[in-house]
Amino acid sequence: MQSIADAFTLALQLVLSGNADLFEIVALSLRVSLTATFLACLCGLPLGAFMAISRFPGRGILLVLMNALMGLPPVVVGLLVYLHLSRSGPLGFLGLLYTPTAMIIAQTILIAPIIAALSRQVLEDLHMEYAEQFRSLCLNQWQTVTALLWDARYSLLTVGLAGFGRAVAEVGAVIIVGGNIDHLTRVMTTAIALETSKGDLALALALGLLLLTIALGVNAAVQSLRMSARRQAYV
Amino acid sequence: MSSLGTIAFTPNAIPQAAAPNLMPLRVRDLGLSFEGEAVLSGVNLDLGPHGCTAIMGPNGAGKSLLLKLLHGLISPTTGEINWGGQTAAAAMARQALVFQKPVLLRRSVAANIDFVLRAKGRPRSLCNALLDHVGLAQKARQPARLLSGGEAQRLALARALATEPDVLFLDEATASLDPASILSIETIVRDACARGVRVICVTHDIGQARRLADDVVFLQGGRIAEHSAARDFFSAPQTTAARDYLNGRLVL
Repeated sequence: MQSIADAFTLALQLVLSGNADLFEIVALSLRVSLTATFLACLCGLPLGAFMAISRFPGRGILLVLMNALMGLPPVVVGLLVYLHLSRSGPLGFLGLLYTPTAMIIAQTILIAPIIAALSRQVLEDLHMEYAEQFRSLCLNQWQTVTALLWDARYSLLTVGLAGFGRAVAEVGAVIIVGGNIDHLTRVMTTAIALETSKGDLALALALGLLLLTIALGVNAAVQSLRMSARRQAYV
Repeated sequence: MSSLGTIAFTPNAIPQAAAPNLMPLRVRDLGLSFEGEAVLSGVNLDLGPHGCTAIMGPNGAGKSLLLKLLHGLISPTTGEINWGGQTAAAAMARQALVFQKPVLLRRSVAANIDFVLRAKGRPRSLCNALLDHVGLAQKARQPARLLSGGEAQRLALARALATEPDVLFLDEATASLDPASILSIETIVRDACARGVRVICVTHDIGQARRLADDVVFLQGGRIAEHSAARDFFSAPQTTAARDYLNGRLVL
């Protein structure tokens, strides 16, 4: 068992040496989580916007459900996707199990409710401000939704960030549907879990450091964008 | 905006409003209640096709509610509103409302106008003419929400005019603005009126009503207490409430 200090030193050496395996894992993690975030935004933002401006019977129940789904356990999502994609499952013929695509599907399902629920709140607040003006302008639903999405763009970046954070940090779903196969479906979180169980703390720590750096970098980029938007009163 | 002189009216750039065929307005027995409590009742009103009507009255008299009812933003509890044969909801598309507190999109000044032009299917090339018209051409690229109160209201007015309305509603559009800003807004409104747009404004500003209005509707306690030509209203108000209001006495 290495000491933590040794592990940190090794981790830094791995990062600084540009270890190919390490960066392959990081690249796959980013590819999977960014794609999942993009797809979740494609589904979640319009759904959130629709829920923000619509009033219909049962809306309250739907909102409770949407909010509850934010807490979906990743392993449950992983299991459900696994059951669908396994050879005997309804989508088994696609042969997607243990591929990055399966991981993207699982993460999309995991974070789409987060994007939808958070964007609904952001857009509903904005709509309260705009609603009377928009009604006066006789805007249709499509014009209203697109205007709200555009005007809330900087706030929605934070919503996207929350989704990305959840995706890139989860391990339960991707390990079930991806299988943590070396050079194929191994991402940062699954690699950290594996290397820790093997006692190879250096690689685990190196990945952990990179994961933290990526999280910090993305947060800083979004925060600086929001600050620039705030200066122009666009937030 | 330092003076009226900077407002360049460009009559050829902005299409003239067609003679308003939403008029005349006929309101019969209009009433509005919230939780059983009447806030407007027995409102009967006839307005002709041209000019500017000021709706005046003390706070809580129902002026803004009447304006929103006429525009179709809220539905009456009783009675009917008839805009040249159309309901208020049907006529709304050919009307525009400028609110007391302008609701500006989180975009540039020009993008605020462009948004309305696109939504209404009007030529986007009108944007510059409209900004010129309200004296905001120099600020086209600035964020709209960083404009001063007077500039923001002029932008809201330009946006309303971008819809090419037959009827323009102003809900205390100059409240809390400085005199120069008030004057510039009034000039734009007078121009619109001269081009055939029917203007109906709610105002507490007696001076403004004198300058702009052709007729005055005086509301008190949710009812029309008086409706007369502006000259008559200001020289010889018919009701005690209107007389007290004009003399600055407390009207409850």
